[in-house]
Amino acid sequence: MKHLLGLKELSKEDIIKILNLAKDMKTILKSETKKTPHLQGYSVVTLFYENSTRTRTSFELAAKFMSANTTSISVQTSSVQKGESLLDTVKTLEALKTDVLIVRHSVSGVPHFIAKNCSFSVINAGDGMNEHPTQALLDMFTIRERLGTIEKLKIAIIGDILHSRVARSNIWGLSKFDNQITVFGPQTLIPPYIENFAKVASSLEEAVSGKDVVIDLRIQLERQKRGFITSKQEYYKFYGLNEDIMRYISGSTMIMHPGPVNRGVEISSEVMQLPNSTIEEQVTNGIAVRMAVLYLCTRKEGIYR
Amino acid sequence: MILIKNAQIVNSIHDKSEKTDILIVDDKIEKIGKNIEENPEKMIIIDASGKYVMPSFTDIHCHLREPGFEYKEDIKSGSRSAAAGGFTTICCMPNTNPPVDNRAMVAYIKYRAREVSPIEVLPVGAITKGLLGEELAEIGFMKDEGAIAISDDGKCVMNANLMRNALLYSKDFSIPVISHCEDTNLSEGGQINLGYVSTITGLRGIPREAESTIVARDILLAKETKAHIHITHVSTKESVELIKMAKEWGVNVTADTCPHYISLTEEEVLGFNTNAKVNPPLRTREDVEALIEGLKEGVIDCISTDHAPHHKDEKNVEFNLAASGTIGFETAFSVLLTYLVEKNRFDIGKIVELLNHNPRKIIGLSPNVIEEGKKANLVIVDLKKRWEVKEENIVSKSKNSAFLGKILTSYVETVIHNGKILKKDGVLNC
Ligand SMILES: [Zn+2]
Repeated sequence: MKHLLGLKELSKEDIIKILNLAKDMKTILKSETKKTPHLQGYSVVTLFYENSTRTRTSFELAAKFMSANTTSISVQTSSVQKGESLLDTVKTLEALKTDVLIVRHSVSGVPHFIAKNCSFSVINAGDGMNEHPTQALLDMFTIRERLGTIEKLKIAIIGDILHSRVARSNIWGLSKFDNQITVFGPQTLIPPYIENFAKVASSLEEAVSGKDVVIDLRIQLERQKRGFITSKQEYYKFYGLNEDIMRYISGSTMIMHPGPVNRGVEISSEVMQLPNSTIEEQVTNGIAVRMAVLYLCTRKEGIYR
Repeated sequence: MILIKNAQIVNSIHDKSEKTDILIVDDKIEKIGKNIEENPEKMIIIDASGKYVMPSFTDIHCHLREPGFEYKEDIKSGSRSAAAGGFTTICCMPNTNPPVDNRAMVAYIKYRAREVSPIEVLPVGAITKGLLGEELAEIGFMKDEGAIAISDDGKCVMNANLMRNALLYSKDFSIPVISHCEDTNLSEGGQINLGYVSTITGLRGIPREAESTIVARDILLAKETKAHIHITHVSTKESVELIKMAKEWGVNVTADTCPHYISLTEEEVLGFNTNAKVNPPLRTREDVEALIEGLKEGVIDCISTDHAPHHKDEKNVEFNLAASGTIGFETAFSVLLTYLVEKNRFDIGKIVELLNHNPRKIIGLSPNVIEEGKKANLVIVDLKKRWEVKEENIVSKSKNSAFLGKILTSYVETVIHNGKILKKDGVLNC
């Protein structure tokens, strides 16, 4: 596997391979020394055009646990404004002998663009509204760990489907395993033709009832100004996982959230504390999954090479 | 003297002449007839056996980028690209730097074209000063200087009252108003058509209403003002329906669409292909069908290329930063033939209407016709030749074609403008 750009183009077999390897990686994480030599001598660079302490730290720890040399570049202001194009940056990274680039960007397709123009491996850490493949892989890993399978499940995704790369990656990934996916959110945040890939519920109650898994998405409060949502309070009342809605959710339903959580907007603190919630577990599993992906992207015998 | 032998002339829809010879003396067609005597010492003889001879083409919407953006294209390179595609009259849009919003700029374009262009270049003046959408430009002066239409193309005149005044004012000068219909509140931040592909790629979508609501607005303004509105680069089914309705109402409305809108769909951008990023965006199969029907019924009057050259560095970037537009001169005819005539949607004669009669009528010119005594403005096309669109074969300075890698059927082999051979047997010599 040279790059991980998205789950849309990844096969079922590739996904299983990553999840199986992540399981091994998790045992390493549980050990005291947390160090393997898998990436010794490799140069792993994180290039984040958007702030995300969480994802970046997770990737960096994953690389460090595997003995890679890591460097992080944050781009506060777009370098385009400084006159350097992304293509220039890519060429510089190449000259700096980068082996793996982990990139986050606010524009869909940027990791694909880089991959087309470079010789190193590219891992998509979130691109615009397109994909966040490692997040979906860690979600799938967490589901498989809890429920023993990622097949033939009833899964609901709640919230801002339109702008969510997490939702898209989850839909592409989970769809490959015969799962029944339902989405729900304000109509302004449901993208066109999503019914080709998922059932669109007409109420929150309908969306969550009888589900094995409920994936709750983060809402960007700036969306209020653009007319997508009205207020935090109203969002919480009609689209939030609050105590009222918990009546429709059984004790065995997993409640997931990619974080960081807006408490009292998408989900209540009480619901987060329930044993159904896997939010913290997801964070730990994220490292294991990213270790697996880094490993596969640097192996010649991998999926693509 | 040029003698074209064994020509099958296509002058209009129902015109299918027998094989004949055409003799060109100076800039005129001297004689059309069988077995015109050959004189190889005095004549250039072109054998057109198995090929068609048609009037050369007119494009009412293109971008030559001069002045200000000569690194993308200039009047000379753009004109040569047009000539290579069989266009001998082209109308260039005013969104240059500085923009063509006054008589001096119109004069400059005409002057430069006379100096460097092998074909006829007709400037389109701006509707508003600086293309800012705030004050009307001096439409009368620009018309006097040779502007054949006014347009703020690239931008929409969002102020409806100003657009209304532009329409009223343009009537005094009998000049059409070419409208780029885009409600920028609806299209803001959008990169591609809002629909299936925007959902699966996560690229921001532009809803179809961004175009059609302004089409509706402009039709209503033209209806009341009785002015001539020309809706350019129509891309949606709804726009076609609205224009059809307007024509039934008797509104003085004409419209064009471009080769890429009647052949390609939004799926071309899959894989983040920035060459397929155009504005308005490529739409769906349903829209493509509606546009073809619109052309068939005469709701859409003609084809324009919207030839929009950009530098490689402006396309090989992040999708949102990529410039919108595809070049179009060199593929226009072949695209129409490949996607419409070959697929039996149209007769070849319809192309004469779409690329000659109708566009010329819209800007007040009489059609090019292949008849004795008329100016020798014609092309010889090979309807059978198949070719691949490749960067290295493109004449334009820019290589940003949405058709790169596509195999097209038919080719503009020879181009003659006012008796001068601009291209012969596929080789450009202008
Ligand atoms: Zn335009």
